[in-house]
Amino acid sequence: MPKGKLTFEYEKCKGCMLCVAFCPVKIMYADKGTLNRSGYNIIRLTDPDKCIGCATCALMCPDSVITVEVYN
Amino acid sequence: MAKVLMKGNEAIALAAIKGGCDAFFGYPITPQNEIPEYLSKYMNEHGKVFVQAESEVAAINMVYGAAGAGARVMTSSSSPGIALKQEGITYIAGAKLPCVIVSVMRGGPGLGSIQPSQSDYNQATRGGGNGDYHVICFAPETIQETIDTMKEAFDIADYYRNPVMVLVDGLIGQMMESVDFDRPIKQRFLPPKDWAASGTKNHPGRNVINSLYLEPKDLEEHTLGLHKKYQSVIQNETRYEMINMEDPDYVIVAYGTMSRVARSAIEMLEKKKLKVGIIRPISLWPFPKQAFKEIGPNCKGILVSEMSLGQMLQDVQIANKGRLPIAFYGRVGGYVPEPEELYDAILNFKKWEVLD
Amino acid sequence: MEMKYQKTSGLTDNALSYCPGCTHGIIHKLVAESLTELGVLDRTVGIASVGCSVFSYQFFNVDMEQAAHGRACAAATGVKRIHPDNVVFTYQGDGDLASIGIAETIHAANRGENITVIFVNNAIYGMTGGQMAPTSLIGQKTTTSPFGRSVVQHGSPIKISEMFQHIEGVAYLERVSVFNPRQVRNAKKAIKKAFQYQLDKKGFTMIEILSSCPVNWGKTPIDALKWIEESMVPVFPLGVFKDAGESHE
Repeated sequence: MPKGKLTFEYEKCKGCMLCVAFCPVKIMYADKGTLNRSGYNIIRLTDPDKCIGCATCALMCPDSVITVEVYN
Repeated sequence: MAKVLMKGNEAIALAAIKGGCDAFFGYPITPQNEIPEYLSKYMNEHGKVFVQAESEVAAINMVYGAAGAGARVMTSSSSPGIALKQEGITYIAGAKLPCVIVSVMRGGPGLGSIQPSQSDYNQATRGGGNGDYHVICFAPETIQETIDTMKEAFDIADYYRNPVMVLVDGLIGQMMESVDFDRPIKQRFLPPKDWAASGTKNHPGRNVINSLYLEPKDLEEHTLGLHKKYQSVIQNETRYEMINMEDPDYVIVAYGTMSRVARSAIEMLEKKKLKVGIIRPISLWPFPKQAFKEIGPNCKGILVSEMSLGQMLQDVQIANKGRLPIAFYGRVGGYVPEPEELYDAILNFKKWEVLD
Repeated sequence: MEMKYQKTSGLTDNALSYCPGCTHGIIHKLVAESLTELGVLDRTVGIASVGCSVFSYQFFNVDMEQAAHGRACAAATGVKRIHPDNVVFTYQGDGDLASIGIAETIHAANRGENITVIFVNNAIYGMTGGQMAPTSLIGQKTTTSPFGRSVVQHGSPIKISEMFQHIEGVAYLERVSVFNPRQVRNAKKAIKKAFQYQLDKKGFTMIEILSSCPVNWGKTPIDALKWIEESMVPVFPLGVFKDAGESHE
């Protein structure tokens, strides 16, 4: 059971990859096959179940793309 | 309030208070120092804002900030200081903000001198800042007229949301005259400043004070809006006085201190059976072009007189459209021409004629 | 489900105009979150300066004024003097604050103006395309120091926080950064504390934030953060430079 649930506003993403770099459990990656309207690869999770709900990705995102909810 | 004998600069300061000034931001510079000095005492005593800034550049940007927050605000300075304020002034005009700017002219260019001068006419009416904007500019000739103009300047600034300059010279600033502070001024309907950046709790939506429009269509629309406003200023705020202008032989065009000298000169010329009138611009921008259409048929020429090398001269030439010969008589360096000098200039009109 | 992290209501819905990975975006969030958490959005007036962050007047969900280049602290003084109970902050880059606007900033501090200055130091002029700034490092290549900044020709990087700590009117002054999550959390704490000191009328507060400029530094966003840590921090040490604590009134 994942601790956290991520929601992305994909159209606001600029592909800066800071979230991917700072995710402590390394489950984020840029989907080379899918672009948003601005032409940036959108971010997906390799294994959503491993998300620990720490919200570091959201903390480091300059454009408030990621919303993080945690299961209590 | 009964008549009081008062120094020009201090009268300007008290008039600002009567005009409802909330905040003053200034910087020391001769010959206007009595304005901040007077206000530094009064504003504190009445819970109003007084700040002596670190420079005229800072002062005018404090004016921008306070005006953007909805206050009635002014600054005062003299020639080189007004030069430093030009960028701030165009920002204030560009952001459609009201404020009053007092300029007490001294000798130029550069550090120039501290004696009176009128060599900032172009600075005041052509604007030293960038872009298509205007500063509404009044040039009173007496301390009484300066007081009345100051009180009204705050209303005009608020009404048009634009900087208003009250332009005098060091002589008017430093001399004393008996004045009355309670003469009534024109009442204007002034809408509430619901555009001010004072915190969203004070108004619906979010207010932004700004002069940046990167999209051409936005800046065009904005600038054309300013232009439309300036047309109504020309329509409603152009002011001038016609003195002894019933079909004169000659006309003297002069403002501020120089129009007072001209008043004495035309009395002397009367004795020589020469009828000489005066066109006295009170608003320098908008310049009273229409006055020149009202010159009678017998006029032989226009003598422009300024304490400069001829700056208003250009506006007169434009307004005259080549109809009448124009002569120019000016003194610089801090000299204030004597009436006799204008008397001679009229009698030797040809000698001073400006040939195109 | 419980909300752990979401976009703050202190920012508008406008997409930020900053380059991908530019930490202006992170700093905007920290300022907006602080104002929101302190419950002062509706009585805040922000002053946008001129530089990449000129458009901050479109992003902060408060009344804003856009000030002339370098004059934000003067405009802020005008606003604060008229509305002493408002929260007033400026958001300035190193060109705006440390170059053209240094006099206005020093004198606002010296007057103890009760405002908060958010000073974003990225050692370069971003908006205009990568010119040298007063905080550019020795040897740093920019479009106006193509051979690298040299002390002989350009002088050394200017240390704003070190200079301002000696000004009486300063109540709280800290240099922070955002090059990793721990720094971001600390920067938030510092920004919020600065606003709190303003609410307590303690005087002038300023937070200097070492920030990135991936495009003009010619680095990826990640490498840019590393460059802050490895190259900028040694020149601009982080820490609290002044904490006056007692009220300024």
